Amino acid sequence: MKFFLKFITLTSTLALGAGAAWSAEVRIYNWSDYIDESILEDFTKETGIEVIYDVFDSNEVLETKLLAGGSGYDIVVPTGSFLSRQIQAGVFQKLDKSKLPNIVNMWDKVAAQTAKYDPGNEYSINYMWGTTGIGYNVEKVKEILGTDKIDSWDIVFKPENLAKFKDCGVQMLNAPDEIIPAALNWLGLDPNSSNPDDLQKAEDLLLSIRPNVQKFHSSEYINALANGDICLAVGWSGDVLQARDRAAEADAGVTIAYSIPKEGALMWFDQMAIPGDAKNVDEAHTFLNYIMTPQVIAKATNYVAYANGNKASQEFVDEEILNDPGIYPTEAASERLYTKLAYDPKTQRLATRLWTKVTTGQ
Amino acid sequence: MNKGWRRAVLIAVPYLWLLFFFLVPFIIVLKISLSDTAIAMPPYVPTFSLSEGWSGIQNFFSGLDFENFAWLLDDRLYINSYLSSLWIALVSTFLTLIVGFPLAYGMTRAPESWRPRLLMLIILPFWTSFLIRVYAWIGILKTEGLLNQFLLWLGVINDPLIIMNTNTAVYIGIVYSYLPFMVLPIYSTLDKMDDSLLEAAIDLGCSKISAFWRITVPLALPGIAAGCFLVFIPAVGEFVIPDLLGGSQTLMIGKTLWNEFFSNRDWPVASAVAIVLLLLLVVPILIFQRMLEREQEGSK
Repeated sequence: MKFFLKFITLTSTLALGAGAAWSAEVRIYNWSDYIDESILEDFTKETGIEVIYDVFDSNEVLETKLLAGGSGYDIVVPTGSFLSRQIQAGVFQKLDKSKLPNIVNMWDKVAAQTAKYDPGNEYSINYMWGTTGIGYNVEKVKEILGTDKIDSWDIVFKPENLAKFKDCGVQMLNAPDEIIPAALNWLGLDPNSSNPDDLQKAEDLLLSIRPNVQKFHSSEYINALANGDICLAVGWSGDVLQARDRAAEADAGVTIAYSIPKEGALMWFDQMAIPGDAKNVDEAHTFLNYIMTPQVIAKATNYVAYANGNKASQEFVDEEILNDPGIYPTEAASERLYTKLAYDPKTQRLATRLWTKVTTGQ
Repeated sequence: MNKGWRRAVLIAVPYLWLLFFFLVPFIIVLKISLSDTAIAMPPYVPTFSLSEGWSGIQNFFSGLDFENFAWLLDDRLYINSYLSSLWIALVSTFLTLIVGFPLAYGMTRAPESWRPRLLMLIILPFWTSFLIRVYAWIGILKTEGLLNQFLLWLGVINDPLIIMNTNTAVYIGIVYSYLPFMVLPIYSTLDKMDDSLLEAAIDLGCSKISAFWRITVPLALPGIAAGCFLVFIPAVGEFVIPDLLGGSQTLMIGKTLWNEFFSNRDWPVASAVAIVLLLLLVVPILIFQRMLEREQEGSK
């Protein structure tokens, strides 16, 4: 009993202590490896607001925390299709645009795309955007195909082509929301189709290439590509470019390149939003406004090698990033990019079931 | 406090523990498994609210049904996942026993002064995070990894072995991670064994090998059973090892549950999967409990 009393006094002092130490703070939950940390330090220096920064590595994990409620975060960064469903579920609060004067710097073209997920962009601002394409080991591809350029999904979706890379190693994102649209698009169907017949065709296609895929995983391919463990990966633009930089640093004879195939690729948007139960709403707005400062977001882009949705920032983005068609696609390539909207629950179940069948053979 | 009071408190502690950390969570999960999904926070209906009074409670109970359990039978995926998990756990337990028994036996045969040190060595890996140890196996098993480099250097193989991302890697991971749970109980039963029993057997004309099979192994059986259950039960629900070391064809219930919970956002079906898994595991746990009781009665 005494022990219990002690325990109770101890915990209550701890709680009080935490309360007394309270000062202006903002709690951010973002993707791992997705910001130049000095931006957070600069923010604290300029505004006096402490930043508590945590990271996640999948939309599913973020969504589960948000739906359970009381996540404790003031700013979160879901991808568009997830964001739209979360808005429906009532997770977020509307932004107070009067506190976001820097919103004038945003890029109208990107805003038009993100409005598909968040009508009127009332709940979110764009942080970064990118594409889902093919990353490859240049030397190995040259050895196998005789050419050092991959420019078509044929290499992935024709089993006889992919088979040539089997021994060398092929990985794919473990993300049905990204791979199924790519398969549908290659088949000439609507990447957003929720028609069960179309999904069946995508399943047949994926099952036909399945034996040549070593693993479906959403982060391992960065290191695997950089180390030369695999030759081909269907992955996110910035991650493949990170692998390219790591390979260049290691200087072990591995060169990595990223391609947006000519048939088109999925374009996705990571959006910053404020949960309805956030405690530091004012501080969250201050941060969002800060991140829309052209110099600040340019610094982030220079660090993570993803394009941002801030038009005014482009004069501060490094030349080599701005002119890299893998990061900022050319006009012609942009026209072939497509977006993916959220599935309704029934189609979602169908898609996940399809994915389980593709990945496990069950 | 008088004696009776003290005893009551002492007995109450484990029951309170069970109530708060087993029964209450179980009832919450059971309730979710009887609900339906919804795009909401939390993502299922009905939720319990007292504000609507009696009709709220009635609505709450009328919204519950067993649909999700029927769904588990509809799709072979779930049954196959359970069977595959049980099989992987069974094989791993057997392999752990094959490796663990000689280890434990060797330890009891070592000089008395060495034993604390040997025990220490068995426990030592626990000082490092489980996750890091499983990650280390990626470095060892991958195609360009340490094991393949070593075997190639020895000239035993000409092409690297593909172990990483297969079920073999999962078996290796489970055997490695759970080995101490097998060794320690076997060691403790063997350590208690009276050596004069073996001497008597040999005096009576028994060979060393048959004395081992007829005396040592039967006396070690309680330890073997305890070790097997300690490995088997957590291995069935294992998620981290198959996720990191297994390939995409590795089918285990932990992964299926993850998919339901995270990819489908179907908390009700995920809860139903968890309830069935619990029921599947309760059976071996009860058998183990019965065996322990019998052994205790026997030793009295």
